[in-house]
This record gives sequence, C-alpha cells and structure tokens, in this order.
Amino acid sequence: MSTSPKITVATTWLDGCSGCHMSFLDMDERLIELVQQVDIVYSPLVDTKTLPDHVDVGILEGSISSEDDLEKAHAFRKHCKILVSLGDCAVNGNVPAMRNHFKLADVVDHAYRDTVTVQPQIPTRGVPALLSVVKPIHGVVGVDVFVPGCPPSADAIWYVLSELIAGRTPDPSTVTRFGA
Amino acid sequence: MPPPAKQPNVRVVTLTIDGRDLSARADETIIEVCRENQIPIPSLCYLEGLSVWGACRLCLVELAGQGRLLAACSTRVTEGMQIQTNTEKLQRYRRTIVELLFAERNHVCSVCVSNGHCELQHMAQKCGVDHVRVPYRQASYPVDSSHEMFRLDHDRCILCTRCVRVCDEIEGAHTWDVMGRGSDCRVITDMAQPWGESDTCTSCGKCVQVCPTGALVKQGTSVGEMVKDQHFLPILARRRLAQ
Ligand code: SF4
Ligand code: SF4
Ligand code: SF4
Repeated sequence: MSTSPKITVATTWLDGCSGCHMSFLDMDERLIELVQQVDIVYSPLVDTKTLPDHVDVGILEGSISSEDDLEKAHAFRKHCKILVSLGDCAVNGNVPAMRNHFKLADVVDHAYRDTVTVQPQIPTRGVPALLSVVKPIHGVVGVDVFVPGCPPSADAIWYVLSELIAGRTPDPSTVTRFGA
Repeated sequence: MPPPAKQPNVRVVTLTIDGRDLSARADETIIEVCRENQIPIPSLCYLEGLSVWGACRLCLVELAGQGRLLAACSTRVTEGMQIQTNTEKLQRYRRTIVELLFAERNHVCSVCVSNGHCELQHMAQKCGVDHVRVPYRQASYPVDSSHEMFRLDHDRCILCTRCVRVCDEIEGAHTWDVMGRGSDCRVITDMAQPWGESDTCTSCGKCVQVCPTGALVKQGTSVGEMVKDQHFLPILARRRLAQ
C-alpha cells in the first residue's frame, strides 16, 4: 500500500449521459489501486452531499446546459485546485449542444408538447431552468485539463489520473481524441 | 486546372529541410520534396493528383531570411533554401488553424459517420487540439440528401475544395463549385441546385472518396461507418496526364 498522502477527488455530471462516469468505473480492478491513492470526497458515485472547501482534483462530465450546471461548474472551479473537463460534452458541447441550432422554446415545446400524447406539459417545479445556449465547461470557467472522448476510455482516464497523482501535467491527446 | 506536367530537363537545386541536406528538381514544391523524403507536413486541402489550392494553410513552413510563413504546397523549391517544418511557432499556428476549423462549422464527432476515419479529427489529435479556445460560431447549415447514393452535410465541410477539383480535373464533370465569401462559403452542385437534380453528376463517387471529413458520405452509413479510399487518385491523375 502506498504511504504517500492521498489526493482528494470530486466528480459530478452536468448535461451528459453519465457515460464518462461509467467509463471511469470501467477501470475495473485498477479502481482498487486507485482508492489507495485518492479519496473520492464528492461524486454521484458516493454519498457525500456537499462539496468540500478544498479539493485537489475536480472532474466535470457534461456540458453547461442549465442554471444548475452553471452553479456546479462555478462551485467546482472555486473549490478545486485542478479542474478536469471529462468527455466530449464537457470539452466541446457534443450532443447536448446540438440544440443550439434551435430556439430554446421550440426545443422545450418539441420535447414536452409536440411529441407527447398524454398530459403534455412543461415541467417547472424541481427542475433547473435551461440556458438558451449550451456551452462547454471552459466556456464559463477556466479548465486545467481537457480529456476529449465520447466517452474517454478507462485507459485514458487512468492515464490522466495517474499523471495527476504523480504531480505531472497529462497530455490527453496522446491517448484520446474527439469522438473516441 | 490540372497539375502541370513535369518538364523532362529541369535543373536540380540543393536545399536544407530541418537541417538535412537535400536535392530536388527545381519544378517541385516544398511539400513534394518533403513527402519524397518522409518529412511529415500536415495538410488538408493538398492531395497528390489534384491541382494546388493552398487554402488550409496547415502546410506552413518557415524559410530562413523570410519573415512570413510559406505554404509548402504552393511554393517551389529554389537553390539554397533553408526550411524548417516543425518549429514551435508552426505548431502553434497549426493548432490554431485546426481549432478555427472546428469552431467554424459544427463537428460532433461522436455522432458523425466519419468518426474514426476523418482527416480533420486525426489532424486535431496530431496537433494536440484537446479543446477549442475560440467560441463556436454556432451557424446552422443544411444537409443535402437528394442524391440517391450520396449525402452532403455542410456542417462537416472544411472548404478544402478537394471535391470541386477531383470532379473537374479527374472526372471531368465539374458538378461542384464554391459559392459565397469567407466563412459563408459553401460548396454547391451545379447552380446551387439539389445534388440529386444535377444534370452533370455521373454518380462516380470520386468527390465522396477524396473528401477528408464527413461532409460527403455514402447514403446509409451510420456513425463511424464511412471509410474512404483515395488510392485511385494518383493512378487516375497520372493516366490523365499521359493522355
Ligand atoms: S467530419 Fe471529422 S471532425 Fe467533423 S464531426 Fe465528423 S469525425 Fe468529427
Ligand atoms: S459523384 Fe462524380 S460526377 Fe458526381 S459530383 Fe462527385 S465527382 Fe462529380
Ligand atoms: S465537401 Fe468535403 S471535399 Fe468538398 S470542400 Fe467540403 S470538406 Fe472538402
């Protein structure tokens, strides 16, 4: 077991399909090795409900699509030393940003009225308001490491985390690309 | 215009590329000499067998004693040239060019038919483009699916004009052309009519094969299925010249 102090990691998903987190879990048995070196202090994969004040590495999946995404991105930027943009949605908007070519009202109408046969209605309670333009993470806050891929492979995520744990700056272009 | 035929008796010049002493025929371009000597030069609009267009600027090189950068595809070699092909400055410029191509149209690789077989995508990875630093233009473009065999998606077009040149210079149909200016440029078929209604198109598919991206594809291909084959081009180009 490693004796060096563990680094803290926080993750969350914004407007994405959670596939990047699934790819993270795809590291399989390497996860055991990873737990010896990192503490996951906040994530949809763990129980903690609040983001700690100081986190070493923050990982964001998904693009900025709603007020809630915007808040989370700002919170992660504020509390995380290194911010990682994980996956194509985070890095370039990807599929969520395909709605940018339509008016937001038309998109919402299409999803909740035009294509619905029973009780068509637009949800307003308990859901965050959508922003008119979907942006990549770095469109709203500064990002330190970009990991493209849809989703980036478990190997790519492993490489990036290992480099960060070792205190180095990873170059994800060597292991992944847009659409990978 | 097809590429000019090589002259039989041409002077030989000597030059250095990345510090290597090389000799070349005086009617060759820098990119030709580089390719012959396995010196990698990135390019998107240049394709052996087609005329030179010089639009993508990815093949920029540095020439000693010259302040401005030169496009390797459209610059002939001259005696004593000292060329650098991969300086930090060039890498920076190339990366920016690729980012601008991504920002200009709408590239969603994960749902693109050319995903994994795309020269632009490959170039992005090679140039270290892990994100695009400029805001996306977010302009909307149409898709033309009127041709019974092929499809044109302007969202994926980088205006390299390979389709225009191959159709004109190799197939001889001249179905394609370019309309508009700047980032509003668009490739068109005939007089901007739907491709399926074209009187000139022979449906040979050469444009589809030489298109570096997912802009021109075969109907019915889904994500990642569109694989292109360009081996035919230098062969046909040589036969054309021999005619
Ligand atoms: S054309 Fe190439 S770069 Fe553009 S979306 Fe398709 S795969 Fe990606
Ligand atoms: S299919 Fe052939 S003839 Fe038709 S536009 Fe393409 S290159 Fe020209
Ligand atoms: S359609 Fe393809 S070959 Fe034609 S200009 Fe666009 S990217 Fe180039």
